[in-house]
Amino acid sequence: MSAGPAPGSSQPADAVAGSGGAAPPVFRVRDLRKVYEMGEVQVHALRGVDLEILAGEMLVLLGPSGSGKSTLLNILGGLDLPTSGSVEYGERRLDGADEALLTRFRREHVGFVFQFYNLIPSLTARENVALVTEIARYPMRPEEALTMVRLQDRLDHFPSQLSGGEQQRVAIARAIAKRPQVLLCDEPTGALDVETGIVVLEALERVNRELGTATVVITHNAAIADFADRVLSMANGELVGERRNETRRPLSEIHW
Amino acid sequence: MRALQRKLLRDLWAQRSQVLAIAAVVATGICLLFAARSTFGSLQHTQDEYYEQGRFADVFASIKRAPWWVAERAAELDGVAQAQARVVVAVNLDVADMEEPSRGLLISLPDRGEPVLNRVLLDSGRWVDPLRDDEAILSLKFAEAHGLEVGDHVVAVINGRRKRLEAVGIGQSPEYVYAISGGDLFPDPRRFGVLWMARRPLASAFDMEGGFNDLSLRLLPDVQPQGVIAELDRLLEPYGGLGAIPRSQQTSHWYLTNELTQLESTGYVVPLLFLTVAAFLLNVVLVRLVAAQREQIAALKALGYSNRAIGLHYVQWGLGVSALGAALGLLGGIWMSRSWLATYETYFSFPRLIHQMSWNDFAQAAGVSVVASMVGALGAVRAAVRLAPAEAMRPAPPATYRQTALERLAEWLQASVAWRIILRNLARRPVRSLLSVVGIAFAGATLVLGSSLVSSITELAAVLFDRMQRQDVMVTFNEPASSSSAFELTSLPGVRSMEPIRTVPARLRSGARSRQVGVLGMVADPRLWRVLDSERGAVAMPAEGLMLSSMLAEILGVRAGDRVEMEVLEGRRPVLGVDVASVVDDYVGASAYMEIEALRRLLGEQGTTSGAVLTIDPLAESELYAALKRTPRVAGVALRSATIENFETFLSDNIGSMMFANLLFAFVIAFGVIYNTARISLAERARELASLRVLGFRRSEISGILLGELGLLTAAGIPLGFGLGVLFVLWAVRAFETELYRIPYVFDTRTFVISAVAVVGSMVVSALVVRRRLHELDLVAVLKSRE
Repeated sequence: MSAGPAPGSSQPADAVAGSGGAAPPVFRVRDLRKVYEMGEVQVHALRGVDLEILAGEMLVLLGPSGSGKSTLLNILGGLDLPTSGSVEYGERRLDGADEALLTRFRREHVGFVFQFYNLIPSLTARENVALVTEIARYPMRPEEALTMVRLQDRLDHFPSQLSGGEQQRVAIARAIAKRPQVLLCDEPTGALDVETGIVVLEALERVNRELGTATVVITHNAAIADFADRVLSMANGELVGERRNETRRPLSEIHW
Repeated sequence: MRALQRKLLRDLWAQRSQVLAIAAVVATGICLLFAARSTFGSLQHTQDEYYEQGRFADVFASIKRAPWWVAERAAELDGVAQAQARVVVAVNLDVADMEEPSRGLLISLPDRGEPVLNRVLLDSGRWVDPLRDDEAILSLKFAEAHGLEVGDHVVAVINGRRKRLEAVGIGQSPEYVYAISGGDLFPDPRRFGVLWMARRPLASAFDMEGGFNDLSLRLLPDVQPQGVIAELDRLLEPYGGLGAIPRSQQTSHWYLTNELTQLESTGYVVPLLFLTVAAFLLNVVLVRLVAAQREQIAALKALGYSNRAIGLHYVQWGLGVSALGAALGLLGGIWMSRSWLATYETYFSFPRLIHQMSWNDFAQAAGVSVVASMVGALGAVRAAVRLAPAEAMRPAPPATYRQTALERLAEWLQASVAWRIILRNLARRPVRSLLSVVGIAFAGATLVLGSSLVSSITELAAVLFDRMQRQDVMVTFNEPASSSSAFELTSLPGVRSMEPIRTVPARLRSGARSRQVGVLGMVADPRLWRVLDSERGAVAMPAEGLMLSSMLAEILGVRAGDRVEMEVLEGRRPVLGVDVASVVDDYVGASAYMEIEALRRLLGEQGTTSGAVLTIDPLAESELYAALKRTPRVAGVALRSATIENFETFLSDNIGSMMFANLLFAFVIAFGVIYNTARISLAERARELASLRVLGFRRSEISGILLGELGLLTAAGIPLGFGLGVLFVLWAVRAFETELYRIPYVFDTRTFVISAVAVVGSMVVSALVVRRRLHELDLVAVLKSRE
């Protein structure tokens, strides 16, 4: 797996923070650090990240594998806790939260899309989405969510009967069905070819546009970055660059 | 239905063969548990009802002869509610369909109304006319055994006179639920019957006018029998009281209680074994399931499912399996308790056996299966809960392997790579491998237990009939007679040899402990009826003093060299001090033996004889039986051939089905363990095995790896099963030990062969099923999917 292109600018991470416009930030992250103990070795996955994510924005987090972007995403999504630093979601602090609070946060506010879809193979597309709609507070109907990703004709198919791109779109439908404020996507096109990948990104863009969901997409594929509002680059556990696209490039023009 | 529940059902369905294999183990445990509980409850309920309805007495006493007013005095004793005096006589019965005489007990009915205690419940016919001397009520089992109905006739030899009695009724009494005649191991309804007759004719025939020889008491609530018995014995002593006994020592009750106790204890032990195995299997399968679904678990957590919800999900998987098992087990248990009760009905005489299935028993069975599944699910649930979602998103790290001692062995043996894979796999999960071996051993042990018990019982029969009781006939006199009476027997047709017997009813006492027995006087070096020690073989009578069964020595708390008090309960009723000369570890009874002359000297009598054992010429059998039926002094005739026949009927009735059930249970366990082990190995290593196929390994070679592992586990489990089985047998032999008989432990190689063959058989079946799946392995799909 080769690293993505090195970011052009080498702005200090501090400068990235507070660069938002008028919209209020959904996440406010300060000096975030994460250290994994691997036997006798300490691995510094995050070395002091400062960041704000604004409501409704489409953000791409770019970086080679091992740069810490998945760790950051996991902490934002309440799947993992930082070693130090603070994460604020609106008024709430996520660092140091207990399991019950994190579970509630995941259940109500955040949607996940994974590289390998992580669908439950024994449930149909509709049932996979229902997993979420049954426990969320203001969910849409599973059919509605699946229609948004244009899978209204595949409702009763099992994951094994769907193509990779279709499976990923089910995963997106499952993630958005709870109407989350944030959608966190970890390499959503990583396992897909270009054409299928584009279809999946289209779905993400549509959700972002129609529902106004702040969307964070992790990728090591620099080509994807062009359809975002903002692109952050990561390397070695630090934010090493920020770029703002004045106009988002239409997906039809993106290739990799 | 909730989506998560759908996942549960589909997961269960996808793993249906494993689910069924585990559910079968649960079902077996629950089936046995429920059957034992329900049978126990039914018998106890039936017993309670019957005792109440039949007004079963609390204290029983036999007397030589007491005048009527003594019964009234007995009723006035402190703590006594009611007393009932009767005339009870042992006689020979002559039934048309049998050459040899049957033993019968004639029991008097009151002159007016029904008995107040030990009532007779009429099954058919009518009550006897108190003035008629030729009417009787027959005990039901005896009537059934001879096909006798109301209106048929039986001849009783009453004081040497053949008396034709008409069966006017057929009935049962709580006093004879288990109608067994002294010296028998099993009830033999063909050769022992109870007949209830009017008091007057019976009393006059046996010189009991104005008197009685049997007394039953019913005590007031919460009165302990000991005190009353002491008072009663004092009251009856001048009249030849033979010592009163509490209900707990009454023969029929004692057997019934013994059976209930055994049911109650085995009702828990064996099912527990099965449920332990089931919990282990559930654990193994669920831990594997959680490992296989780690990414699904991570996704569910990311979607906001709480640890509780996810933990519950896997608990429900376990509950689903045990619910299925419990449902099947309860159905089986209902059926099984029915068939057990039917068996009990052939040995026990109840007016109506109430098959009781209490909610309590259902709840208990269900509860136990829930607990088993919880225990089994625990480890897996913990693993699922502990799984950090962020970590679970990544594929599981490759399993860590290391070289082990086993491996060095492989090196030394220059084993192939395939063998190394097998050894490393076993060594990587030592606990699971060990538990699999133990599970297989359990199956083997079940079989060793089942078949060993058969060997033991057969051995007991051989000891009893080939080495101990080598007489053909045992004759008992209705009262002690002179030695010439015994010698007269030798002149009867067909009698080849004779050994006299002297039985003295006595109460042996040592300190506070006492026991009422018949002290058996036998010739110094008996040839016919011998006493066998489990280690020393046939033993001779000591020249002086008592020889006690180790069981009796234990009851009295005495050893060889101690002195016991012997209170003789007949004749002049002396109280004597006697030395315990030796203790014999015999197989049957709790007996006291003495050399016949020494016993006579002790009692100061000459040549007194209570009966004799005989060998006979089989050709003269009928003639001899006819002669014995005519001899007035003869109260009872016990035939060895009849005893053996009865024993063999018992064996064929019970052993066949017991062996079948045993085989089935063992197969359920063996298959459950081996099949699940194989399926899990396959699931865990499908990818690895497929890779080997891609590298050019043949199907047979990868089957070899998987099945070699199974073979190794089985090979380790079989000898362990032998050892465990022997432990089970030793435990069972102890558990089944009663005053009546001790089952010897027999080392029989066949039992081990049966065990090994059945375990290997289960392995082969599991291997065949798994091999089919192995052959269907889709190489491309397996390699593409992410492990």
